[in-house]
Amino acid sequence: MPTLSLALRSIWNRRATALLTIFAIAVSVTLLLGVQKLRVAAKDGFANTVSGVDLIVGARSGPLNLLLYSVFRVGDATANVSWDSYQKIARHPDVAWTIPISLGDSHRGFRVMGTTLDYFRHYHFAGSRELRFAAGKPFEDLYDAVLGADVAEQLRYRLGDPIVIAHGIGNVSFANHDDKPFRVVGILARTGTPVDRTVHVSLEAITAIHIDWQSGAQAMPGQRVTAEAARSRELQPDSITAFMVGMQSKVMTFTMQRAINEYRLEPMLAIIPGVALSQLWSLVGIADTALMIVAAFVVLAGLLGMVTAILTSLQERRREMAILRSVGARPRHVFALMIIESVALALAGVLLGVCLTYGALYLGQPLLQSRFGIFVAIGGLNAYDFAILGSIIAAAFLMGVLPAWRAYRNTLSDGLTLRI
Amino acid sequence: MAPAEPAIDLGNLEFSWPGKPLLLSIERFTVAAGERIFLRGPSGSGKSTLLGLIGGVLVPQHGSIRVLGTDLTRLAASDRDRFRGEHIGFIFQMFNLIPYLSVLENVLLPARFSPARALRLGGPDLAAEGGRLLAALGLGAEQYLHRPVTELSIGQQQRVAAARALLGRPAVVVADEPTSALDHDARENFLALLINECRAQSSALVFVSHDTSLAPLFDRSVSLAELNRATSVAA
Repeated sequence: MPTLSLALRSIWNRRATALLTIFAIAVSVTLLLGVQKLRVAAKDGFANTVSGVDLIVGARSGPLNLLLYSVFRVGDATANVSWDSYQKIARHPDVAWTIPISLGDSHRGFRVMGTTLDYFRHYHFAGSRELRFAAGKPFEDLYDAVLGADVAEQLRYRLGDPIVIAHGIGNVSFANHDDKPFRVVGILARTGTPVDRTVHVSLEAITAIHIDWQSGAQAMPGQRVTAEAARSRELQPDSITAFMVGMQSKVMTFTMQRAINEYRLEPMLAIIPGVALSQLWSLVGIADTALMIVAAFVVLAGLLGMVTAILTSLQERRREMAILRSVGARPRHVFALMIIESVALALAGVLLGVCLTYGALYLGQPLLQSRFGIFVAIGGLNAYDFAILGSIIAAAFLMGVLPAWRAYRNTLSDGLTLRI
Repeated sequence: MAPAEPAIDLGNLEFSWPGKPLLLSIERFTVAAGERIFLRGPSGSGKSTLLGLIGGVLVPQHGSIRVLGTDLTRLAASDRDRFRGEHIGFIFQMFNLIPYLSVLENVLLPARFSPARALRLGGPDLAAEGGRLLAALGLGAEQYLHRPVTELSIGQQQRVAAARALLGRPAVVVADEPTSALDHDARENFLALLINECRAQSSALVFVSHDTSLAPLFDRSVSLAELNRATSVAA
């Protein structure tokens, strides 16, 4: 190929322009690959929000609603599940364990969740990762609280700090359970899931702080129950918001789901988290598709810039082409020269873009993990990535046909005439 | 091919650009093998067009263009390109060189596109032959070989172009006003070297210029205006 080294030498001769072109393509490739990596990470992270749980059961509503309030702490339950129904299912021989959830209160914008110690034992996320304690231990005393990582970090809480739970879930609440303050006994390690934004207390504690409340208001002074007095009361709740179920055997999951959904004594809904999560993602995922389309257009803009640069250079290179013709180059050599230039620039841009992407990932990975809870795996390029990069090169080839064709036509009309 | 075959033989040639009046009409124009011809004519008289025809870049409406016995008008475009690369060396008025190649790479350029021309050198390797030609043209010093051509003076650039045209002993060297950008001394010097080397390689030389003072250095002097029967030429 007499033209390959010529094309490369020619690019080197115009390296300032070429470098800018390559850089423009590299930046666009970085954007595209970065978006691609992030959307995969976000999707995985999303699907990994909860794992190891076979069923989530709540009062009958929509599956997404149940998923949102039980796992993502978004929205409210419309009704509760009675303690009796919960106990009935929890004691079923096919059920290995259950995690009761009681929601409805908050602490400075973070949701408070009443649960049992089984939560720390059985709740998993991201495959098989367990909840770990960054500091402290699970709640023991009635007024102990365990904080998610974000809660502790944003509110600067340490072990032993007192916290007051607000009634309701507004950011600003005027009704506080300030007569029964809690003490921070544990802080969970970061999970990148909504667990980080949750304050955990025992189920009994939820009952205790509401013991003298009726119809959303605390009883008159004088009829109130002190924190210490509450300890001796019956603290088993009448109802819970929802509960998570782990089955003895996965194969029984569907049978149990149907049994719960058809339970006659109380209208309940059982969902399989994985199915509901992918339903939810199909809604949320539209945004990242849009992002991907934007990134693809940025790449297109980068390639258009390259073609523009090459087209602009054609005029001053007509002389060069005539010289090549005089020593025996055919018009198709000239065509090849220009195509090689397009592809070489795109190739260099893609390679630089891949390097930039990995550089950015190495630098950004800890930040993404800590700030957004998105874990981006720095693996190799997968087949899809290669397909993306391959199509960029192919697009460069196709777009390179335009200047190549122009040069070809110029060459035919110029012949050996040296136009300057 | 027989040695007696003329280097160039044009017969009943007629050429006009599309939509333009007849530019060239030549009954017969022959250059013998190894002959050195001075072709004079003012600019705009169709000189460059004639060289394009001899080079096989342009095709006449009528007539034949035989170079070394091969009628270019009967060849396909790509074969004409190959033929040109193989048998004809060109030197232009100025800006002959590819700016991003070194002196030696410029000289060796024809070998990239014409393996036959490279093969014809036989014994010595390409770089050595390039160096020999440059030396014969007064650019022998090692320091020139790998320099960027942009650092050379115009006179030196033209000599590099001449070395390139001569590489691989083409049967025909076509020079289109190669000395018009040179001052008087450089012109004489360049021409002497070029003619010498053409003689050494027995390449025919068609030298186009309007500077008639150079004519005595050639075997024969031809006026394009007399050769061309087309009346439309504004000479």
